[in-house]
Amino acid sequence: MTTTAKTKRIIIEPVTRVEGHGKVSIYLDENNQVQQARLHIVEFRGFERFIQGRPYWEVPVLVQRLCGICPVSHHLAAAKAMDLIAGVDQLTPTAEKIRRLMHYGQMFQSHALHFFHLVSPDLLFGFDADPAIRNVIGVAKKFPDLAVQGVMMRKYGQEIIKATAGKKIHGTGAIPGGVNKNLSIPERDVFLKDVEQMMNWARGSLKIAKDYTVEHLATLAPFGSFDSNHLSLVRADGAMDLYHGNLRAIDAVGNRIFDQVNYQRYTDYIAEEVKPWSYMKFPFIRSIGPENGWYRVGPLARLNTCDFIDTPEAEAARREFMAVTHDKPNNLTMAYHWARMIELLHSMEKIQALLHDPDLQKQDLVVKGQRRDEAVGVIEAPRGTLFHHYKVDRNDQVVMANLIVSTTHNNTPMNRAVQKVTQDHIAGKTEITEGLLNRVEVAIRAYDPCLSCATHAMGRMPLDVELFDHRGVMIDHRAR
Amino acid sequence: MNLTATTVLIGFGNPGRCDDGLGPALVDAVSTLGLPGLTTESDYQLTVEDADLVAHHEVAVFADADVSCREPFRFHRIQPGPSARFSSHAVEAPEVMALAQQLFGATTRAYALGIRGYRFNAYDERISPEARRNLDAAVRFIEHVIRNRSFEEALTDTSEPSARGLAANNEDMK
Repeated sequence: MTTTAKTKRIIIEPVTRVEGHGKVSIYLDENNQVQQARLHIVEFRGFERFIQGRPYWEVPVLVQRLCGICPVSHHLAAAKAMDLIAGVDQLTPTAEKIRRLMHYGQMFQSHALHFFHLVSPDLLFGFDADPAIRNVIGVAKKFPDLAVQGVMMRKYGQEIIKATAGKKIHGTGAIPGGVNKNLSIPERDVFLKDVEQMMNWARGSLKIAKDYTVEHLATLAPFGSFDSNHLSLVRADGAMDLYHGNLRAIDAVGNRIFDQVNYQRYTDYIAEEVKPWSYMKFPFIRSIGPENGWYRVGPLARLNTCDFIDTPEAEAARREFMAVTHDKPNNLTMAYHWARMIELLHSMEKIQALLHDPDLQKQDLVVKGQRRDEAVGVIEAPRGTLFHHYKVDRNDQVVMANLIVSTTHNNTPMNRAVQKVTQDHIAGKTEITEGLLNRVEVAIRAYDPCLSCATHAMGRMPLDVELFDHRGVMIDHRAR
Repeated sequence: MNLTATTVLIGFGNPGRCDDGLGPALVDAVSTLGLPGLTTESDYQLTVEDADLVAHHEVAVFADADVSCREPFRFHRIQPGPSARFSSHAVEAPEVMALAQQLFGATTRAYALGIRGYRFNAYDERISPEARRNLDAAVRFIEHVIRNRSFEEALTDTSEPSARGLAANNEDMK
């Protein structure tokens, strides 16, 4: 990175434990106004090479090594690709429903954890509250009932994953062409026992997010917000579908850029740009180009792209959500949280319905077909659309793998969000304030980024901030 | 549940990232020893629901790879407290203990077993030979500690004695 003689540089360098580490650099001009803000994500590359040479049927298990935060999403995206490699276009009803149950369990636990662990402290205590209080421990002390809910919702989702994937680490549930186990009656009954409780807690979580957003709309509307395109899978009838569908992209006012695109042809519609200052690529819609073709993925994008949600309570919530922007796409960064809680409730409605479906106990688990050499698997992971693309040789060994993870799709939007909050809240200051840190963190957290690359081990600093003057001299340094 | 003689050993890390898998590898090894009153758990990272798990035990031991401790491992007490995380779904052991205390009234004592690792930045399921030696020492160490419930006596961080020395002592305990 270079620093010109006429700019000051502020660096926020969070080094997290599992999801990798990133760094925020804020460039000030001579008048201490924000010239540019960049989020650098140090993504460890090389996973695609790690997969090369491995037999294709191992891949759904292997890819879980990529990320300790959302292994189920990688497991299922890879399995969907390997279904096609195995020549299977349609799973048995039992296999698809078991996979969906696994996926909704993942969505439920991830959204609950993000909201209660990372977001609720900001909402309950305010962005400027002392970080010593504004954390999950603070929530546990002041709002113990909410904190217990968060823990138990996470646990419920994790137990669903364990029951359907076989185990927490390196689950094996999804295999090319199907699944390797169903859900027994005793397993099902364990989850049914708590289903009403989970539904009530999901409703309560949604109410917190909605009420907060509506009550603080005037403040939240400009916070890190900007117009953007949005992309997700949707079902053939336009419904939200977190497990399977076709690609739809819309612009900031809702015009469709493309619709019902078979994701096997995603490279015809999406490209990735490399920038010299970031390790992470910048995806964009080909027909628009890199300058304006970037887009958002994840809960906010999914709420914006779908025509409806096929579960009644989440659909009612979606209508309320869309009414705020008069049925046009919602481009508020902080609306991610409300959207995420609508998906939390939707996932629980889906889990409830699936648990009452007798197909989950049937034995027809795997389908076989005629081997293919190339396939793409796509799923809506908690953080957004996840692409897995593989080529396999005649020896059944993977020769090419390309993954586009949700956080990569949101790379440009996160940079935009950081730039927006720094322009609005930091400009004119030449020291690193708590307010500076808080607002940058809050904006990035809205996207729930998962920097899926880094290892974790004891002895890493979580947050390091450096401030340089226009001569490149460090004038402030803080670690949190 | 009788809480007076129960221990939970939680190993965490990514077994697909070389020495980052030391925690789960330790749990795999200890799980085969048939230690009485021991619950074992492995995961990629610690998460909030681990608070519920540790609250049901008298003692919790968190086993993880350590990037900088003395070889072969260090064993120290954990106090409940917040972490300074920025945006992560994972939590650290002190945070787990604080949640267990706040939410479930836990009085669980907690310890961390950090096993020295060396190689992290690759996708490889193999633990490095140096870390493997440290892992073997850590397994012998924690087996002895759990069998004898000698957690306080085994701390390596009170006066910073050589963990290698402790491990050597453990050889004598066999």
